[in-house]
Amino acid sequence: MTSTTIETAARRDTSRRAGFALSEKQTWGLLFVAPYVAIFIGFVVFPVGYSFWLARDPQLYVQLAADPIFLRTIINTFIFLVVAINLKMALALFLSGFFTHKRWWVKVLAVLFVLPWAVPSIPTILSVRFMLNPEWGVINTLIFKLTAEDGPNWLNDPALALSLSMMVHIWKSLPFWTLILLAGRLAIPGELYEAASVDGAGAWHRFRYITWPSMSTLYVTCTLLSMIFTVGDFNSVYLLTGGGPADLTHVLATLGIRYLRLDQIGMAMASIVCALPLILPLVFFMMKRLSR
Amino acid sequence: MRLRLMNVRRGLRGIGLEAGLLLIGIPVLLWTLIPIYHMLLFAISPKDAAFSGQLWPTNPTLRNFEMVMGQKHHFLYHFWLQMWNSLVISVGTAVITLFVATAAAFAISRLRMKGGRLVMNLALLTYFIPAAFLAVPMYKTMGMYGLLNSDWSLVLAMATLSSPYAIWILRQASDKLPVELDEAAMIDGASPFQLFRLIYLPLMVPSLIAVGTYALLLAWNEYLYAFLLLSKDTAITLPVALGNFLSADDSPWELLMTAGFLYALPPAAIYYAFRRYMSSGLTAGAVKG
Repeated sequence: MTSTTIETAARRDTSRRAGFALSEKQTWGLLFVAPYVAIFIGFVVFPVGYSFWLARDPQLYVQLAADPIFLRTIINTFIFLVVAINLKMALALFLSGFFTHKRWWVKVLAVLFVLPWAVPSIPTILSVRFMLNPEWGVINTLIFKLTAEDGPNWLNDPALALSLSMMVHIWKSLPFWTLILLAGRLAIPGELYEAASVDGAGAWHRFRYITWPSMSTLYVTCTLLSMIFTVGDFNSVYLLTGGGPADLTHVLATLGIRYLRLDQIGMAMASIVCALPLILPLVFFMMKRLSR
Repeated sequence: MRLRLMNVRRGLRGIGLEAGLLLIGIPVLLWTLIPIYHMLLFAISPKDAAFSGQLWPTNPTLRNFEMVMGQKHHFLYHFWLQMWNSLVISVGTAVITLFVATAAAFAISRLRMKGGRLVMNLALLTYFIPAAFLAVPMYKTMGMYGLLNSDWSLVLAMATLSSPYAIWILRQASDKLPVELDEAAMIDGASPFQLFRLIYLPLMVPSLIAVGTYALLLAWNEYLYAFLLLSKDTAITLPVALGNFLSADDSPWELLMTAGFLYALPPAAIYYAFRRYMSSGLTAGAVKG
């Protein structure tokens, strides 16, 4: 569908302006964009269309609404988005200020700081999972050594497990957003701060009247973008808790896979369709912001 | 006297700032490194010592590395093959992403083709579909195409996920090249393809490196799609193999952490090697938004 609209647009264009060079340009343009259009149709349009078709039965949504795990998942996803992202972005904003200080050790730290983002999530998340093992994990071993009492069974308590998933998510993606906000901070002209210092402005006032006004748009964009990415964050939850205990820590990203494993493909698709009202406004807003 | 007092006060404030910075820096360092250090600690500890909660093993050993690299455990019989699969798939993803995205960005930005904006918007829309939501549809589709358990399924899936961002970044970089270049070349009789090969590609090299690295790392690190699309022991990538450790009760954790450590090394090395390109190319795109 896409390619035909493009083709007709191109044809109309050639007939309107008879220049040979222009039509050659348009032909080449079609040729160059064709590989992506092919991928888009084969691996985006078709799968998405097919999944809508699989999720067409209204009965599926009745079943979904009756599934307590689905409701719990919606609540978990909501908590994840509101708490984890705001905490992460506030930390990133704070740390981006920290990394503007010019010290040799801050530079070294900045290099180490991106490690969680640069290494794959599997080994590190599994490492955290082992740390949290109630019997052998290093955390409970230390708690036992220090207090002679058994530590909590971390991943067996839904609230704790979900919080720890959020922590893992923050650990993994904080460096990326800190770097982005740092780039934003470094783009603010230094003279503004010098002038403010001369006028006797303290740290808070410099932040409130210089940094924040020039960063707020970037901050909001990053927060929304991070929300969209986080809705799709499968690893932080699945690899740490596996959705457990008793399927109480699922988020929308892991729920579809759970239904798939139970061979309930229709439910998997329906749960994703139910997430669309959450995603589409965000996507629409971001599209308007980024495409201009 | 007054001057000295001011110096002292300024000195005190300086010390306060340094102390404050350290007070932030040390927790940040610990927070960042503990999970990674814990992994390393497992990798160099003998089998039973890893659980003792010591900060450094009494008898550090490289035996775990020997076990993993010699494929001496039944979880690890295909370690090198799986590492190879990871490599093939990430290089394949990078190549296809570069090919598709470079061409598309050229058509949209330099040739100003009609409908280019539509293509760009559709690509951005794809970028904003959370990856986990496309996973189940992608799995069903790959099954219909008969590609499950083939390298191609994961390569094509990852290229689908990485192209939109790649196109967007490349288009922004390409928009910054002066139009006069193209006009001059056209007047000299260059065809659009010559324009692409002789002017566009050479000038885009830094962005191409950034985008290639991005696609490479994305594919190397991917778990969800890999574990859905590949299932045979000889077809899976390393992250799937590591994930499979979890399903067994008698998992040798120290070997899992060693294998994980080896698996994490290449992307970290690549990231640091291309950091200059990555941060200028990728963050610039995000900041502009």
